[in-house]
Amino acid sequence: MESIILQIAARHLRPLLIVLSLVVLYRGHNEPGGGFIGGLMFGAAYILYAMAFGVAKTQESTFFNPINLTALGLLIAVVSGLPALLLGDSFMTGAWYTFFKQTAFELKLGTPLIFDVGVYFAVAGMLMLVMFSIMEE
Amino acid sequence: MILVLPIILPLLIMVVLIFTRRWLFFQQAFSILASVVLMWVGFLILMDVQQNGIKAVQPGSWDAPFGITLVADLFSAIMMVTASFVAVVVMIFSPGFIDKERQTAGYYPLVFGLLMGVNGAFFTGDLFNLYVWYEVMLTSSFVLIALGGSAEQLRGSIKYVTINFVASIFFVSAIGILYGQAGTLNMADLADKMRSWDEHTYVNSALMLFFIAFSVKSALVPFFFWLPASYHTPPVAITALFAGTLTKVGVYTMFRFYSLFVVYDQMFWTLFILTLAGLTMFIGVLMAASQFDIRKILSFHIISQVGYMIMGLGIFTVSGIAGAIYFTIHNMLSKTNTFLAGGLVYQRSGSYDLKYLGGLYKAKPLLALLFFIPAMSLAGIPPLPGFFGKFFLIKGGFEAQQYFITAVAILTGLFTLFSMVKIWNEAYWKKEPEDVKSRGKVHPATIMATSLLALAVILLGIFVGPVMELSMQAGEQIVNPQMYISAVLGK
Repeated sequence: MESIILQIAARHLRPLLIVLSLVVLYRGHNEPGGGFIGGLMFGAAYILYAMAFGVAKTQESTFFNPINLTALGLLIAVVSGLPALLLGDSFMTGAWYTFFKQTAFELKLGTPLIFDVGVYFAVAGMLMLVMFSIMEE
Repeated sequence: MILVLPIILPLLIMVVLIFTRRWLFFQQAFSILASVVLMWVGFLILMDVQQNGIKAVQPGSWDAPFGITLVADLFSAIMMVTASFVAVVVMIFSPGFIDKERQTAGYYPLVFGLLMGVNGAFFTGDLFNLYVWYEVMLTSSFVLIALGGSAEQLRGSIKYVTINFVASIFFVSAIGILYGQAGTLNMADLADKMRSWDEHTYVNSALMLFFIAFSVKSALVPFFFWLPASYHTPPVAITALFAGTLTKVGVYTMFRFYSLFVVYDQMFWTLFILTLAGLTMFIGVLMAASQFDIRKILSFHIISQVGYMIMGLGIFTVSGIAGAIYFTIHNMLSKTNTFLAGGLVYQRSGSYDLKYLGGLYKAKPLLALLFFIPAMSLAGIPPLPGFFGKFFLIKGGFEAQQYFITAVAILTGLFTLFSMVKIWNEAYWKKEPEDVKSRGKVHPATIMATSLLALAVILLGIFVGPVMELSMQAGEQIVNPQMYISAVLGK
């Protein structure tokens, strides 16, 4: 099925959804959101694209393989536990650092965010892997 | 730090194996190396725990009972060492046995996913976390059992998946009930609170739900039927891995739970568990004796042997538990070994069906020896470890004055010998039948793996003294849960 409306919408919505998923990922620590939902949105962006253009074309337009994305996510999630060990704490202890303190751009980053990034990739990769193989049938 | 390694190491290994999934040779070599490293980590934990007592860490620095605790006592460390040794052997065995399609379809990453779940279940000190590790373990095993997707495998895996999901529902509802009453998920904290309750209305119902869940997972009567219906379908290397790890995790968890949570109505639980243990042993071995497929005979044997372990739990004295722990180690090794020996037979003769087998003793004496050692060990012939395992259990039974179950255990041993001798007679001694399926070559890697395991079985029999001493110490920790509780809560 080829729908010109869906194709145009998908082409413009994909980057938008990806940016939105990053916003959801970042705000996740204290507000609704997080790696899991962000990952789902990231995956959904590609699924929408695949619905409009087909799986083969979507895979051409991505520079990563869903399985590798999942594995990368798992790796990032494990690595996020390691800085705590360097600081002498127990594994997975959160370490936080605030950039630009007391300015308008105050930015609080920490290892839980890295863990969330890992979840983000793992969920996105898994979702795409499953959906692509179902849609290929 | 070392306590998180059993969980994050398999995860990291899995990630490496996923990235390198196209390089078959690398996967094979790396898996062997990685599983050896895992076993070494297990040894380090075991030595540490033996010298310094039960060890607990709090990942994320959230103190118990709020964070998720990882706890290592002697029993969990022993189980991890044994399970990762089984993995080493299966990793050596697999390249020579499993076809290339399955090997490149994610076999190696999945095995380490399974090991991550198994180790997690051994070391976690948190009820819900335990449930998560069970799911990790089962998800990997679902895929492993269906890997390759032959019709027979899919038939087996549907039964396996369905019954295990039902068991998970029981498991998680029991957690819900206990959490609703106690407001904690930390196992040590829960056990501590339970000991000071005035009213305990829901405890027994929750424990019964737990018991049903774990008896499904470790295949006790009357929930065993999924095991022989699914275990014979995947390639025998996968079955061997399952036989050496999965059901034993269920048994391990039952020990842990009985030790921590059975505070009230001990009389009832003793009688209940011993009855089921007796039935499991006896029914399992009777059904094994009536089968003609090597893998099915061995699958029914798994059930029967789980009965012995649960018997040790029902007795619940230090010597009974120690006997059960020794028996579990022996069983993980010997059972895996018999499955692998069955795989050798299949490579040579192209069948698992006793009707089409024969003459292997004459043609391949080494193959016969490699089956003979673990089979006689399972049947309980001295000086192999199966004899000592049963001896200690029966001794524990007499000391605790549980004469009936002890008699059943002795009788079951006789039937075990019968069905092992049946395989021996049919596959190795009788003349080779006319309609033999094929005469294949046996891959050297598989012989090496099976010999390594047979050697381990013999060594376990020779070093019965030190291993038994270790099991006694482990048994003491199980019988006195106060040690566990104070190690976690620090009081």
